[in-house]
Amino acid sequence: MRGYLLSRLAQTALVVFLSLTAVFGMVRLSGDPVLLFMPMDIQAKDVDEFRERLGFNDPLAVQYARFMGGAVRGDFGESLRYRRDALGLVLERLPATLLLAGTALLLTLVVAVPLGVLSAVRRNSVLDHASTLATVLGQATPGFWLGLMLIYLFSVQLRWLPTGGMGTLSHLVMPSIVLAAFYSARVARLTRSAMLDALNEDYVLTARAKGLAESRVIGKHTLRNSAIPIITLAGLEAGQLLGGAVITETIFAWPGLGRLTVQALLNRDFPVVMAAVSFTSIIYTLMNLLVDLAYGWLDPRVRVRA
Amino acid sequence: MKGWIGLVLTLAVVGAAAAAPWLTPHDPLRADFSSGLLPPGSPGHPLGTDQLGRDLLARVLHGARLALFIGVCTVLITAVVGGLLGLVAGFVERWPSAVLMRIADVQLSFPFILLAMTINAIVGLGLRNIILSLSAAGWVVYARVVRGEVLSIKQRDYVHAAAALGVGRARLLFRHVLPNVAPSIIVVASLQFSQFVVAEAAISFLGFGVQPPTPAWGSMLSESRDFLYVAWWLAAFPGIALALTALGVNLLGDWLRDTLDPKLRV
Repeated sequence: MRGYLLSRLAQTALVVFLSLTAVFGMVRLSGDPVLLFMPMDIQAKDVDEFRERLGFNDPLAVQYARFMGGAVRGDFGESLRYRRDALGLVLERLPATLLLAGTALLLTLVVAVPLGVLSAVRRNSVLDHASTLATVLGQATPGFWLGLMLIYLFSVQLRWLPTGGMGTLSHLVMPSIVLAAFYSARVARLTRSAMLDALNEDYVLTARAKGLAESRVIGKHTLRNSAIPIITLAGLEAGQLLGGAVITETIFAWPGLGRLTVQALLNRDFPVVMAAVSFTSIIYTLMNLLVDLAYGWLDPRVRVRA
Repeated sequence: MKGWIGLVLTLAVVGAAAAAPWLTPHDPLRADFSSGLLPPGSPGHPLGTDQLGRDLLARVLHGARLALFIGVCTVLITAVVGGLLGLVAGFVERWPSAVLMRIADVQLSFPFILLAMTINAIVGLGLRNIILSLSAAGWVVYARVVRGEVLSIKQRDYVHAAAALGVGRARLLFRHVLPNVAPSIIVVASLQFSQFVVAEAAISFLGFGVQPPTPAWGSMLSESRDFLYVAWWLAAFPGIALALTALGVNLLGDWLRDTLDPKLRV
């Protein structure tokens, strides 16, 4: 287990390093990065002065070293709009996103996993067909459109829920449902197929043959063996929740990391963009690491192979 | 059954997009201020009109053209680029394989939509750039799948036999390995297609994609937000069109996967 842990940690460090490099490279895609880092209202004659002040005249290697050195210390520069430390802004918005993503995750685990298990156990029942239909529709419905329709129904027509913002529990209802919808659909589908695979195994037959109660056969023998694909997908998709949060937070004016990123991109506030994108990527990578470690913990074969 | 529904829906969307100019007499860009925000069912405007009096049916139908065009272009680019890189990495192994897998790791460390949106905001807005940024964010899935397939296929007897007969490496790769990887590429392409269409709509919705007044579903939905209190149809119909397209292609993709390659679960 220790060797596995160390090799995964080293891999993760490499990916984080390369991702930061990618963020540095991405900003250079535009040709002239100075245009991304200047205030909007600047005079043409001042561009060169800005270029010098921001260090874009230095050799690329020096700029790269400076960016990486800053990133390691959590210094991505100062927001052009708010005149504040860019990473500080990102960290300030993090709790809101964690609350939203956490609620969506909880909602998924409470709804989608039991639904998937029940559909597999009662295969071809009305419940199974209804849940299959719901998951197929859930996967095809774009989150931002679902959000608009919910706002129309619950805020415009019924006036039950606020259209956006954050504060009370009622503000959390629609954003977390929208964020959870797509995710739940995938998790429910996968839970069903993983359970069906496991139900066909010989050990389930054995468990039934020796007269175990059906609840024990399902709970202990089947669910546990289908946990690996479910956890893998749930973990990988939990990262996609961060991507989904970009859109959901924008629709519902939820003051989180995703909305900050979109606003920074719209305002062309690139220090904040770089801080937010780097930070999201690091969280995402760490989440993948956790999934892998859970994997190794659940399935001893993985540890041996690595 | 699933395949049929998917096929019918997909064909319906493709047909509606192709026949757009014949299905409605209206120009999707022509404003008519005297008949703004007409509800669905108004004479001459079956789906109603938007705030500028533009016919919603015409805009939704022309939006289908744009969505399908972007989806097809992106899928072709990513399939060719990702497929070729995966093919080479799987066949040559050693450093091309290692480099490719590291690039894939890095790319997968960014949520897809965030990556595409950021690239797009940096390189600039517009149709060509959204296709390029979606492709830049999406090719990696093919590369990984194809590389994995090639690694297993090149161990098969028929590949060894061809190599023993003195077939050149290029011919071996394109005549003996590629045709056997093709089903996986097709399956991934069909599953990616709806992801690209929805991602394009999401990016346009956020304001970084296709810009108004071009009738793209995403930017139409974005504009509809200002009129949600007075004109629900502006938000409903472009979204229904988008969801139906995604549904049709998803079902078709599922069916293709079950038929061509049941092992593959992307």
